[in-house]
Amino acid sequence: MTTVTAEPAPPSTPSGRSARPSRLRRSWDKHWYAWAMVLPVVIVLAVLIFYPLFRGIWLSFTNLNEANQVAEICTKSITGSEVCAENPNRWEFVGLDNYVRVLTGEVGEFWQWTGTTLIWTFVCVAFHFGLGLGLATMLNRPMRFRSLYRVLLVLPWAVPAFVSAFAWKFIFNERFGLANALLSAVGIDPVSWFADRWTALLTAIVTNIWLGVPFMMVALLGGMQTIPSELYEAAEIDGASAWQRFKNITLPGLRPVSMTVILLGTIWTFNMFPIIFLVTEGQPAGQSEILVTGAYRAAFEGIRNYSLASTYGVLILSILLVFSVFYRRALRKQGEVW
Amino acid sequence: MRRTARGIAVLATATLALSVAACGGEDDQAAEEQPAVDPASLTAELTWWDTSDPKNEGPAFQELIAKFNQTYPNVKINYQSVPFGEAQNKFKTAAQANSGAPDILRAEVAWVPEFASLGYLYALDGSELLADESDFLETPLASNKFDGKTYGVPQVTDSLALMYNKELLSEAGISAPPKTWAELKTAAQTVQEKTDAEGVYINPAGYFLLPFMYGEGGDLVDTASKKIVIDSEQNAAGLAIAKDLIDSGAAVKPSANDAYGTMMTLFKEKKVAMIINGPWEVNNVQQAPDFGGLENLGIAPVPGGSAKAGGPVGGHNYVIWSGMPQEKVDAAVAFVKFMSSAESQAFLSEKLGLLPTRTSAYELDAVKNNPVVAAFQPVVEAGVGRPWIPEAGQFFGPLDQMATEVLIQNKDPKAALDTVAKKYKAEVVPSYEN
Repeated sequence: MTTVTAEPAPPSTPSGRSARPSRLRRSWDKHWYAWAMVLPVVIVLAVLIFYPLFRGIWLSFTNLNEANQVAEICTKSITGSEVCAENPNRWEFVGLDNYVRVLTGEVGEFWQWTGTTLIWTFVCVAFHFGLGLGLATMLNRPMRFRSLYRVLLVLPWAVPAFVSAFAWKFIFNERFGLANALLSAVGIDPVSWFADRWTALLTAIVTNIWLGVPFMMVALLGGMQTIPSELYEAAEIDGASAWQRFKNITLPGLRPVSMTVILLGTIWTFNMFPIIFLVTEGQPAGQSEILVTGAYRAAFEGIRNYSLASTYGVLILSILLVFSVFYRRALRKQGEVW
Repeated sequence: MRRTARGIAVLATATLALSVAACGGEDDQAAEEQPAVDPASLTAELTWWDTSDPKNEGPAFQELIAKFNQTYPNVKINYQSVPFGEAQNKFKTAAQANSGAPDILRAEVAWVPEFASLGYLYALDGSELLADESDFLETPLASNKFDGKTYGVPQVTDSLALMYNKELLSEAGISAPPKTWAELKTAAQTVQEKTDAEGVYINPAGYFLLPFMYGEGGDLVDTASKKIVIDSEQNAAGLAIAKDLIDSGAAVKPSANDAYGTMMTLFKEKKVAMIINGPWEVNNVQQAPDFGGLENLGIAPVPGGSAKAGGPVGGHNYVIWSGMPQEKVDAAVAFVKFMSSAESQAFLSEKLGLLPTRTSAYELDAVKNNPVVAAFQPVVEAGVGRPWIPEAGQFFGPLDQMATEVLIQNKDPKAALDTVAKKYKAEVVPSYEN
């Protein structure tokens, strides 16, 4: 303060220095309105996304859980007194301990869960896309009762996921379920669906395919209707077969839509919690667990382990990030602007 | 009388306060004030989370509340039925957030040490609730103790028993229920030969395998010496017995998913003659249309192994949330006291066949003449206390996995138990020795 008042301000500063603040100022004067408009979004993003994200990452480097989160535990007596004792195992920074414990398999079954998740995601998305594409192609031409079929095919989507999960779980019930009743009717021995890792996973995959096809169908049908019909007419005149038309017009025309829905479908299926949780319950013996359900059970059963939950969260996020990066790179190679 | 007593106490504290710290004096005063309440003058609104089955058991509890209100007309009880499976997490979330938790909760025995260790419960020592502590059965009461203090009052107790279909057993020519696992195997095979039903259903879950382990003298952990003993030879031997029941075909091959529901459906439809389950299912079985009511339901202690016969002690306790304001304490104490009184317990066992936790309740006619309670009394007496530590609830996750591996996937019992021991060390009780 004193120095500022004591020294007279230099009449002229070097031009390079004075240019910056004035440019900032000019930009502010000119664009303050835009900044003000952006501010709410920035605040909302900060509160809803960045704060939880960074807090989650920070938690994964601690050993915070429900029992050690407070500095002192107070015990109230019914007679009115209250005794507070310092928490002997207060939480602390543990560095990479959580990651080491998870990745070495000391806690949970990270690698087995990851493998199951990858199989689960790949099979589900492949069937979602394949069946969705097939149904969309069938529905994308004039026929009787077309709108009725569309409504019926979208129905699985409209049913709450947990309702269908319970229904499918009951279908695969080993003693009373429809699946085994059908098998017995045609003379095949009933299958103990949930006694084996692969058959258990199969029940969940079947459920999820049933649930996920409508979305793909609707999205792809929408995509198909944006393909100009002149292209088909021209191809027909040139004598292209139905298969050639499908391969050379429909598929390339669908690419912007299909690439997006495959990315979305992959991320959703990767993190699809309720189907595994409710249909197989991780049976047999936790072998059909995927990453998200395994992490949930590891972190939220008994005394809740927030730090372990965050560790799993960060790991799952990293896997999906890596996937998205490669996926985008692959798209860019094909000349797709996304 | 009371008034003068209180006056003297106040005087005494006033003089004491000169020399002693003030907080000590306040304590005395609060303790002195408590018993002096007139039922009608108590005014409060209390929320109670009941975790019992809303269809089978809930109505009886609501009847009890109505009875309570005859004596305490101004204490309003907000009865809320919370599913048993959700209550533990829900309570913890609410208690931690310090809002939305119920004043009173019906907590499963294993939850109490956990909640208490987190500071979520009022310690009840010095209140009227524990005035006649010695009247409570020792094992159920033990589940309420943590670090030398008592945090709850036992509501009901239970243990696993052998439940059997009398008709099917007599059809097979078996006059008395089996007393050992070997006898159970023969009995099950006889039932299978001579009737249309199957012999026995073993639920492949950790809790339901405890009788097999206890039978050979095993246990999960030794809390006194802080040791993990789950991987003992005794436990492996116990599991081998259970596995043999299934491998030999005496027991139904259980399913990995929904085994409990399957077990109950088969038993109620008379398709399996024997199951191992607890008193909480008595009402359910009794009401099954085809089963034949209580007359057809036989209850016997779980069969024994080479060391002893016993099931794990379960049950529920009343606990009071520490976030409840102090001024509601009198009403809450009165309510819990009423609910856990010998008369209320007798009412519940008459209505639902639940087992009282007070010695004096077993003297009352309603309990004494109740066939279900009479049948379960030796079961409860043979019950084995579980390790009452905050981590106790986490023992069952790994144990359930082990049960599936051994009984359904044919894994070697000892190897499966070694995995459980490793998980206990890594995830549940790291301070224990393996």
